[in-house]
This record gives sequence, structure tokens and C-alpha cells, in this order.
Amino acid sequence: MNIWDSFNYWVVMILMMNGLYILISQGNFIKKIIGLTVFQTAVFIFFISMAKITGATAPILKQATEQGSTLYSNPLPHVLILTAIVVSISTMALALALVIRIKQAYGTIEEEEIQHKDQP
Amino acid sequence: MIAQLPILQVIVPLVAAPLCLFIGRPKLVWLFTLVSSFMAFIISVVLLQQVMTNGTIIYSLGGWSAPIGIEYRIDYLNAYLSLIISATSSIILLAAHTSITAEIEESKLTLFYVLFLICLAGMLGIVASGDVFNVFVFLEISALASYSLIALGSDRRALTAALRYLLVGTVGATFILIGIGLMYITTGTLNMHDLSLQLVNVADSRTLVTAFSFFTVGVCLKLALFPLHWWLPNAYSFAPSVVGALLAATATKVAIYILLRFIFTIFGVEFSFSILPLQYILVALGLAGIFVASITAIYQQDVKQLFAYSSVAQVAYMMLALGLNNTSGLVATLLHLFNHALMKGALFLALAGVMYRVGSVQLEHFSGLGQRMPWTMAAIVIGGLSLVGLPLTVGFISKWYLLRATLENGWWPMAVLILIGSLLSIVYVWRIVEAAYFTPSVESSSNIKEAPLSILLPTWLLVLANLYFGTDTNFTVTISNLTAQYLLGASP
Repeated sequence: MNIWDSFNYWVVMILMMNGLYILISQGNFIKKIIGLTVFQTAVFIFFISMAKITGATAPILKQATEQGSTLYSNPLPHVLILTAIVVSISTMALALALVIRIKQAYGTIEEEEIQHKDQP
Repeated sequence: MIAQLPILQVIVPLVAAPLCLFIGRPKLVWLFTLVSSFMAFIISVVLLQQVMTNGTIIYSLGGWSAPIGIEYRIDYLNAYLSLIISATSSIILLAAHTSITAEIEESKLTLFYVLFLICLAGMLGIVASGDVFNVFVFLEISALASYSLIALGSDRRALTAALRYLLVGTVGATFILIGIGLMYITTGTLNMHDLSLQLVNVADSRTLVTAFSFFTVGVCLKLALFPLHWWLPNAYSFAPSVVGALLAATATKVAIYILLRFIFTIFGVEFSFSILPLQYILVALGLAGIFVASITAIYQQDVKQLFAYSSVAQVAYMMLALGLNNTSGLVATLLHLFNHALMKGALFLALAGVMYRVGSVQLEHFSGLGQRMPWTMAAIVIGGLSLVGLPLTVGFISKWYLLRATLENGWWPMAVLILIGSLLSIVYVWRIVEAAYFTPSVESSSNIKEAPLSILLPTWLLVLANLYFGTDTNFTVTISNLTAQYLLGASP
């Protein structure tokens, strides 16, 4: 099996694991959110790259008949990911808003310090 | 009109949410929210009736029939779940105004109801939709609303609890998205019914196994199966009381619905339980969850935390019953979905009453409350007994079916372990009873009165439902049996 055949999956996997690792290992909430975003973006790349077919055109009927090609890329994953990006942006906005509130309430956004301050 | 009901159920709360912003006065907004929630409830009752008489309802959005369009497919399981969700949310809303006015600032009240409705719409959407990507979107809608609802809690720990829930919940949802993507790669369809027909052909491909694994882990994060439960106790206990009640009664149920739908309808029993050993994982984690969560619950000082850990244990019971992989086990899971919503709804609403009068739900502040708030404490006692599984309460019915299911498999030791698990719940319920009835009240609590009627009545409505469905099991058992037969029969 040629590694270049599944190049996109390797990229997705490495990005995804990086993101997840940042999310788990970092104590700073902003860094955690960055990790989460990298993780989500990797999944978006996964969806978009699977729709690409080598040598295929955009799924516009007229253009395809002029070029004599009948091979289309799948447009559906792009549409799905548009929705997922909207979801991801709102998640990030909410997360950042929460971090601002946490900073106001605790004076820090480091998880360990927050845990320390919550100890009675 | 009848034909449009499957979509109306989701549309009513979804459209009502932004309309709340135009009303302005908090009391009117509350009434409006209550009316919309009750409309969703009435719709779900009619839908359940329709499903019982005419069978599965198929609704194509915008007239585009599946698999090109998105379809809503209402069968027994959908109708049953939307009935549970809309009924509990309506009853909780009855108590919401008194309780929430005392707990959050007045300027945020309208926004609270907006979020509540969006959360409700999201959950009803998950249940109604027959399209897997649609389920993901609705899942995120309800999840985003519930993160903000939790962050409304007055304690600053509510903020960190909400952020942690957000991080974990988003990872869970993204795992589900990966699962959906892998399923789409192999079949080229997102429609549940279509997927169930096509996945049979590729049942032995590794892609599908990966899809199933990602999906299951994602959902288990969402439904707080041990050991993925650590986000739940803080999220439930630092949220405003009614939010805790709503989430405890409905949020995990919706996640369990997704798991049931994917296992039975989409992947099929054979793939989940024969090709992959899901049942052993569920049984092992379920048993571990029952013991770890119940024992942790015993050591909690905060009563909300105590019941939140008990929720983790109850979810573990449902997963254990599911893992038994026989019809009685599935019936036990379905029964416990309904029964647990009744118990936890009643308990968390009673705690909302305590929060309203005492301002705290620490165990030490419960001393003497048995005399000062007799009705609220009686509600907690009955709800607690129902958790334990005493006869005449709903808890007994689900425990009974669970035990029957284990004995059908001939797993005697497990039946004993389940009974020991119930004994653990006696211990944590007893700690509350002891504090409330057998410790002398402190001086400062002398002016504490019974909770206001607006909280007490909905609480007792749920408590009486606990007793009613514990004695007359006709409705719940019939519908659970029908659903279980449908799920097992419909899967290829």
C-alpha cells in the first residue's frame, strides 16, 4: 500500500491527535480551546478531502457537459462542513466568553490555580 | 395539520425561543415558554397515539423524499422519548419561574427562557430526526444551550463546570461526527433507514468498525457512562436548580436514545453484539459505574452532587440492562429511561424548593428540615425510595425487569451485585433522611418555611407520577414492550 494514496488521512490523523493532545495536556483554558479547534478542523479536512475525486469537475451540469466529463466531486460533504463550521464557531465563541467570565471570577485561567482556589 | 406534527414538535419551541425576546416582561415570557412547552407535549401525545394506531410516521422535509431530502421518522422509540422530554420539561417549567427568579439576575430572566426553549427544541430535534447529520446539528444546538444554562449558576464554579462540559461535550460530538463521516464514506447516504439497509453489505469492513467505535465513545461521553462521567456532577450541581432538574431528567436520556437508535436501527443487533463485543463492554462499565458512582455519592456533602453521582449510577444501570442483550434487558432500559426522568425530576425540583428557602443544599443545612419543610422532605424521601427501588414506586418496576433480564441470561452473581448496588443507594438516601429528620435544627433555620406552592405542586406532581406508574404499570410496560419488539424486529 502506497502511503501517498492515503496522504489526506495521515494529515487528518496527525492534526487530530495533536489537537486532542493539546486539549488534554494543557492546563491553560485558551490553549485547551485552541486544541479543540485544531481537533475539529482536522475532522472538517477529513470530510472535505473524502469528497475529492481525482480528475473530477465541480458538480455543475453545464460545465461538465461542455468539457465532456461525467465525473463529479461530491458536493454534499462541503455543505455538511459549512454547517459544522458554523457549529464550531459558535462553540468557540461560547468557550471564549466563558473564559472571560472565568478570568473575571478567579483572576486566572490556569486550571490548577482555579482548582487550588476552589479548595475550601 | 396532523400530517405536519412531526416537524411542528421541533418548530414550536425553536420559533418560540426568539419570540421570547420581543415579549420583554419576565412573567409573560415564562407563561409563553410554558405554553410552547405544553404544545410540544400535546403534539407528542398525539404523535404517540398516531404511531400506536397507524405505525411509523414518515415526514419528508420540504417535500423532498429520502434519501435526497431529510426525513423525520417517528416510530415507537421517537414518540416515547419525545413524550418523556416534553412532559418533564413542561412540569419543570411550572416551577421554573419562582425558582429561577430567586437564583439569577432579573435582566437575564428572558434570556434564560430563550436558552431553555432552544435546549428543548434541540433535544426534540435529535429525537425526531431520521438523518444522522441532522442529529449531530441538533445535538450541538441543545448542547450549546445547556452549556450557557449551566454557566448561569450563581456560584463561580458553575463557569468552570460549564467550560469543562463544553470541552468534553464538543469532543464527544466531534467523535460522533467522525463516525458519521466514516459511515458516509462507505455508503454514501446519511438517512438512517437507508444506512440500515446498506450497512449490512459492508458489515465486515474495518471502516465500519472504526465508525462504530468513534461513534460509541462519542455518545458515551455525552451520556456520562463511567469512566467518562467526571464532567457531569459539577455541571448538574452548580447550574441553577431548574436547569439541573431539566438536564438530569432529559439530557442523558437523549444521549441514550442516540445510542439505542444507532445500535438497533442503523448498525443492527448482529453487528453491535455479535461482530463487535459491545455487550461485554457495556456490562463491565455498567457494573463498575454502579459501584464507583454510588460509593462516591455516599461521601458527598452537597446534596445536588449526591444526586448527580446517583444519576451516573442510574445511567450505568441502563447501560448494564442494554448490555444484557435480551428483550427483557432492553425493556428494562426503556422503562428506566421514563422512570429515571420521573425520579430525578422530582428530586431536583424538591432541591430547588430547598434552595429557594434555605439558599444552600449542603447536607449540614438539612438538619431539622423534616419539621420545617415537611412536604418537600417527604417528596425527597419518596423520590429517594424510588431510586432505591422499593415496591410501589417506579424504581421497583425497572429494577424488577433488570433482575428478570439478568436471570434470563442465568447470571446469578450479577443479580446479587445489582441488589448490593441498590443497598448502596439506601445508604446515600438515608444520609439525607438522617440529616432532615433525626438531627436537631440549628437556631438560624428557625424562620425557614415550607417551599412555595409554585415549586411544591410540580414536585408533587412528579412524586405522585412516581407512585402512580409504580402501581399501574400498564402504560409504561406496554409502550416499552412495543418499542423493544419494534427495535429488535426492525433490525435486519
